[in-house]
Amino acid sequence: MFGLHYKLEKKAIALVLAIIGVSSIGGLVEIAPLFTIDQTVEEAPDMRVLTPLELAGRNIYIREGCNACHSQMIRTLRDEVERYGPYSRAAESQYDHPMLWGSKRTGPDLARVGDKYSDAWHAAHLNNPRDLVPQSVMPAYPWLARTPARIDDLGQHLRRLRQLGVPYTDAMIQNAVADAAGQVAPNTDRGWGVAERYGEATNLRDFDGQPGAPTEMDALVAYLQMLGRQTNIARTPASEGAE
Amino acid sequence: MIRELTTGQRQAALAFLAFFALGGLFLAAFGRADPIAGHGWLVLAVALISLFAVLTRYYDPEPAADRSAEYYDAPVKTGIIIAMVWAVVGMFVGDWVAWLLVNPNLTFVDQAWASFGRLRPVHTTAVIFGFGGNALIATSFYVVQRTCRTRLAGHLSPLFVLWGYNLFCLLAVTGYLWGINQSKEYAEPEWYADIWLVIVWVAYFVLFLRTLARRKEPHIYVANWYYLAFILVVAVLHIVNGLALPLSWTQAKSYSLFAGVQDAMTQWWYGHNAVAFFLTAGFLGMLYYYLPRRAERPIFSYRLSIISFWGITFFYMWAGSHHLHYTALPHWVQTLGMTFSVMLLVPSWASAGNALMTLNGAWHRVRDDATLRFMFVAAVFYGLSTFEGSFMAIRSVNALSHYTDWTVGHVHAGALGWVAMITFGAIYASVPWLWKQKTMWSPRLVEVHFWLALAGTLIYVFAMWNSGIIQGLMWRTYNESGTLAYSFIQSVEAMHPYYIARAVGGLFFLIGALVGCYNIWMTIRAAQADHVLEGDTPESAPRAALEAGR
Repeated sequence: MFGLHYKLEKKAIALVLAIIGVSSIGGLVEIAPLFTIDQTVEEAPDMRVLTPLELAGRNIYIREGCNACHSQMIRTLRDEVERYGPYSRAAESQYDHPMLWGSKRTGPDLARVGDKYSDAWHAAHLNNPRDLVPQSVMPAYPWLARTPARIDDLGQHLRRLRQLGVPYTDAMIQNAVADAAGQVAPNTDRGWGVAERYGEATNLRDFDGQPGAPTEMDALVAYLQMLGRQTNIARTPASEGAE
Repeated sequence: MIRELTTGQRQAALAFLAFFALGGLFLAAFGRADPIAGHGWLVLAVALISLFAVLTRYYDPEPAADRSAEYYDAPVKTGIIIAMVWAVVGMFVGDWVAWLLVNPNLTFVDQAWASFGRLRPVHTTAVIFGFGGNALIATSFYVVQRTCRTRLAGHLSPLFVLWGYNLFCLLAVTGYLWGINQSKEYAEPEWYADIWLVIVWVAYFVLFLRTLARRKEPHIYVANWYYLAFILVVAVLHIVNGLALPLSWTQAKSYSLFAGVQDAMTQWWYGHNAVAFFLTAGFLGMLYYYLPRRAERPIFSYRLSIISFWGITFFYMWAGSHHLHYTALPHWVQTLGMTFSVMLLVPSWASAGNALMTLNGAWHRVRDDATLRFMFVAAVFYGLSTFEGSFMAIRSVNALSHYTDWTVGHVHAGALGWVAMITFGAIYASVPWLWKQKTMWSPRLVEVHFWLALAGTLIYVFAMWNSGIIQGLMWRTYNESGTLAYSFIQSVEAMHPYYIARAVGGLFFLIGALVGCYNIWMTIRAAQADHVLEGDTPESAPRAALEAGR
C-alpha cells in the first residue's frame, strides 16, 4: 500500500484524480438517493404555496439573517414537541428554496409560530422586542414598518420558483403584484382575488395596522403568521413515511 | 508588485482591468433598480483603482527576463498583509456582535446594516474567507515553491488569484450589509459572487498544478497533497451547493436549485466539508510545512501522514448529516453521518499525533520560541476539537448540544485554537524569512500575542461550553408535575454572564491580533531601513530536512 503511494505522489494528475474519486463517494451515497427514494418526502395533498406577500416576507427574513438565531425544524424529541408543537416533516419545507431549518437557537424555534401571537404583537415585537419581552436580546427592526415592501417584481419570483417545481399557476404569476397588495386589503376585489387563488385559509389582513400599500412589516408578519400552516400533515396521526 | 511584471504582462493586466471595468459598469447600469447596482459600482471602482495603480508604474524598469533562479514572493507578502487586515476586521465585527448579545441596544444607529443578522455573516466571512483564505493562498504559494524548489508558474495569475479572491470577499461582506444574502450558512454570497469565485478558483488550481509540474523534486511533499485537496474539494462543494436560479442577469436575488430536505443535506455536506477542506485540510498543509521547519525536526512518520490524509479525504465527506440529527432527514443518512464522524477521529488524531511527535526532541524550542508554541498549541487544539466534534456527532449527545452555544464553542475551539493559532505561527515564521530578517521585530510581542490568544481562546471556549450545556439542560428539564420547567426566555436570561465572558475572551483575541499587526508592520519597516539577509532560492533550499525516512 505504501509502495503504491510512493508512486502515486510522483504524479500530480493521478493525485488529483484520486482525491476527486475518494472524496466524492460520501456525497454521492448520501445525497443522490434523497432525490430518488419516494419516502424521503411524504405526500401532503393539502400543501399550500406561499402567497406573493408571504414570499416577499420570507425574502426579508433571509435578508436580515433571521435564520442565524431561529431554527425552523422541530426535532423528534419530547421536550421540543411539547415546547414548539408537532415535530417537523420533510413535506413542510418541500417548497423552501432554500430551506431555513437553521442550526442555532439564540431565539426560539419558529417552525409553528404562525397564529401563535397576534399581528399587533408581532409588529410591536419586531419594532422593539424589549417593549414586550424585557429580557430579550433580539435586535430591533424599526425600519420595517416605514419601508414599503418591494412587490413590483414578484411575478418574476413566482415564475422562477415554478421553474424549480413549486406549483404556482399562470393566474398566480400574472396577478402576483395585485395579490401582494390585495392580501393587506381584505373585503376588496383584490383581496377576494387572493382568497380565490390561494384558498380560503389564507390570512387576509392588514398585518401592520397601517392602511395603504404593504410595508416590509406587512410582508414579514404575513410570512411569520403562515409558518407551520402550509399543510396539516404534522398534525395528522402517524402518516406514511414518518418514523 | 507591478515592477515584477514585464511590459507585455502590464499590457495584459491593463486590458483585463479595462474589460473588468466595463463589466462593473454593465451591472451598475442595467441593475440600477436592484441592490446589484452597488456591486457594479464597487467592481468599477476596484477596476479603476487597479488600472491607475498599473498605469502609474507602467514605465518602471522591467524585471530580468529569466527569473527562474528566484522565488516569486510578492504575492505571498501581499497575501499575508491582507490576511492580517481581514483578521482585525473579522475579529472586531465578531466581538462587536458578541457585545450585541450582551446588550442589544449597543447598535447606536437605527440602521438596517448595523443589525446583528447582517453583521454576523460579515464576521464569519471575514475570518473564514478573508483571514483564513488569504493565509491559505499566501502560504500555499510560499510552500509549493519551497517544496518543489521552483518559481510559481506565472506572474499575472498569482496576482489574479489573490486580488480576485479578495474581490469576492469584498462583494460578500458589502452584500450582507446591503441585504444581499442567500441564507446558506458559510455560503451566503449570491450567484454572481459565487460564479466569480469559481473563475478565481479555477485559475488557482491551474496555477498550483502548473507549479507542481515544474518541480525539481520527484515526490510531491505532504503539505501540497493537503493544499491540493483543499483547492479541489472546495471547488466541488462550492459549485454544487451554490447551484441557483437568478431572478435575472441584472438582479442579485436567486433561488436555490434544491429545496427542503435535499437542500438541508446539500447545505450541510457543504458546510461540514468547508470545515474539513477549507479549515482543516488547507491548514494541515500549513502545519506539515511550518511546524517541522520551525522545529528543525523531520515529520515523525511518513506512513502516518498517508493514512491520515486519505482518511480525512474519505471520511469527512460522509459526516455532514450529523448536523441534522432528529430532523426530517431520513434516519439512515443521520446514522451514516454519525458513524463516519466517529471513525473520523482516527485520521484526525493520527494527524495531531504526527505533529506532536514531530516536536519530540524539540520541546526546549517549544518552551523558548512563541512562534513554535503557537503551532504546538494549534496541534493540541486540533486534537481536542476533533475529539469534541466526533463526540458531538453521536446522536444522543447531539440531542443536547444541537441548537445551543456548545456548537458555537466547538467551532471557536477549532477556529481560534487550531486555525488561527497555526496561521499566526506560520505568519510569524514566514515574515522574517520573506522580508529577509533574522527574527520578528520584537520576539517579546510574539510572546504577548501568544498569551493573549491562548487566554482569549480558553475564556471563550469555557464560557460557551457552560452556556451551551446549561441551555440544553434548561430546554429539556421537567418539573414534578411533568411539564417543562423553564420558558425559553429564562434560558436566554441565564446566558447573560457567559455572553459577557465570551465577549471579553474575544476582545483578548482581537487585541492579540492587533499586537501581531504592529509587530509585522515594524518588521517590514526594519527590513526597509536595515541591511537585509540573503533570501533562499530554488537552489539553496534543502527539502529533505522536512521528511522522515521512508
